[in-house]
Amino acid sequence: MKQVMDGNEAAALAAKLARVKVISAYPITPQTTVVEKLADYVSNGDLDAEFIKVESEHSAMSACIGAAATGVRTFTATSSQGLMLMSEMLYAAAGLRLPIVMTNANRSLSAPLSIWCDQQDSMAVRDSGWIQFYCENNQEILDTTLQAFKISQELLLPVMVCYDGYILSHTVEPVDCPEQTEVDAFLPKHNYPYSLDPEKPVSMGAVGVPEYYMEFRYLLQKAVRNSKSKIIEVDREFKKRFGRGYGIMEKYHSDDAEVIMLTMGSLSSSAKDLVDLLRKRGEKVGLVKLKSFRPFPNEEIVSALSHAKAVAVLEKDISLGHAGGLYLDTAASFVNIEHTPLMINFICGLGGRDVTSSQLEQAVREAKNAAETGKVGERVRWLGLQEKLVEEASG
Amino acid sequence: MKNMSEIELFAPGHRACAGCGCSLSIRHALKALGKDVIVSEATGCMEVTSSPYPETAWRVPWIHVAFENAAAVASGVSRALKALGKTNVKSVALAGDGGTADIGMQALSGAMERGEDMLYICYDNEAYMNTGIQRSGATPFGAWTTTTPVGKVKRGEDRPKKDVPAIMIAHGSPYVATASIAYPVDFEKKIKKAASIKGPTYVHVQAPCVPGWRIEGNKTIEVARLAVLTGAWVLYEAEGGKINVTFKPANRRPVAEYLKSQGRYRHLSEQDIAAIQKVVDEQCKKFGID
Repeated sequence: MKQVMDGNEAAALAAKLARVKVISAYPITPQTTVVEKLADYVSNGDLDAEFIKVESEHSAMSACIGAAATGVRTFTATSSQGLMLMSEMLYAAAGLRLPIVMTNANRSLSAPLSIWCDQQDSMAVRDSGWIQFYCENNQEILDTTLQAFKISQELLLPVMVCYDGYILSHTVEPVDCPEQTEVDAFLPKHNYPYSLDPEKPVSMGAVGVPEYYMEFRYLLQKAVRNSKSKIIEVDREFKKRFGRGYGIMEKYHSDDAEVIMLTMGSLSSSAKDLVDLLRKRGEKVGLVKLKSFRPFPNEEIVSALSHAKAVAVLEKDISLGHAGGLYLDTAASFVNIEHTPLMINFICGLGGRDVTSSQLEQAVREAKNAAETGKVGERVRWLGLQEKLVEEASG
Repeated sequence: MKNMSEIELFAPGHRACAGCGCSLSIRHALKALGKDVIVSEATGCMEVTSSPYPETAWRVPWIHVAFENAAAVASGVSRALKALGKTNVKSVALAGDGGTADIGMQALSGAMERGEDMLYICYDNEAYMNTGIQRSGATPFGAWTTTTPVGKVKRGEDRPKKDVPAIMIAHGSPYVATASIAYPVDFEKKIKKAASIKGPTYVHVQAPCVPGWRIEGNKTIEVARLAVLTGAWVLYEAEGGKINVTFKPANRRPVAEYLKSQGRYRHLSEQDIAAIQKVVDEQCKKFGID
């Protein structure tokens, strides 16, 4: 049944449909209405779950770890500073191989304080061992979060579902909401095999001396790398059951494109509009929308982009002192690959700055120009920057 | 000892120092608790020495996550147990004084305020011993540590010990108790009582550290007992906030005996000792010991 809802409600509804047993969360803009909605479900008896109203995001993730280790389906949601505060625990959750699902309404990081959208927050924790998905719209938030529960419990890996703050979290769209019985059939009862249980005691979170630590890390890396096939499998099954699938990435008119935009999240919708416009004008422009950032699908990225003359990597994050994270991983994927397109990194939309279609078009033009002249020039460029303000501040 | 379980749920062979007071506190706590517990432990001496992969001293389900979050992890365990309907299993948090009085205070305060059904045990050796004897909020006035060294200008810790049990009472905890490893029967009794009460209960056990207190490994119990016999450490329990002293030393001995039994107080002058005696006297008066 279709309902009109914002992205936060889609995330909360997914947790409800997954019949989570313990929720542990702390309010933060723009995630707050996820927490409110879940509190409503629990208060009204629509969801039979324990809701731990913790005193911080650090404790939110800590309590999720305790609950997941005791063997129940566990959920939390956060944004920005909250994700940063719990970052220590993200590594612990992954290292302990606990099935935990979290949604993150992407928001920028202080300082200066900004409650508005970009993806610097989740990008900063990309190395933590969590599977990381980025969603384009509210339907995808609901569907991906449901998939996340299945992937997480089958692989014993935590999964983070990211979506753009405000742009999705607070924008209503029609969302096809699956029936509870359908979700129950898709998502088997939670079954964690190593739970803390006095009948068969286990020790979790041991000290890993140098003789053992590397093997733990290697096995975690292997698990996250190998999760790709499970992600694809679960998405296929989801599509079969619900009629919607997303893959590990989406290729939009990119197969014959000379210039390809690479995006994650809601930016992909604007980019699709631009592709449609430019295609009408006869320009061979396409889009690759990456859904799974961790695991990073290097082979699929190379196969989707290598035929292009130029790739414009558009992203709302920056690894300060270098370049955007998506660009860096994409570029690294092409090391030792024969056909490598020219690549330009466009940093855009930081701190809620609107990314306009003219900015996107500018990026395509610059990428095209690089392809035609064979000269890349500045590899990392900022879109929509107010040069005058920068000059004034630089004195 | 009477009524003390002979079952060892904290196995021998762990790597704590000879004469470690804290490992004794865990051994007795588990004797009192029995097997139906899930322990969430903070990073610290007891975690490091009890769980070097692939070995473990824990014969009960045990999880360690980080330094500052034992109370939050135990909250998650407690709620999951509730969701599973496992009412016979108790969630127990365990942390040292650093993980309790300092870095873990926020998570502990949150869990107390929320009324989580769990028992929190703080083993207090009065400094960050795991990192090599640095002062914590629970280090007493005058004590030498590596971050409160005895120099020409400053001579040991210059602040009094943070009173965590009082803070727990202020949270409205249904049961708060102090204990000492020199009084294991009293300690086990308090642990049992704390575990039997629903809601967030708290037991704070003082446990000497051989290298940190600069004592011999065979003096641990003697020094711990002196803390109680001099009134430097008061044994009490508080039910519903009402404090009841559980042991009143007859003919309380001068605090100098306790202080002089440890190398960490070696530098104290007679004047310093007199000042500490005054504070101890006031404390004993407050608790009605004298």
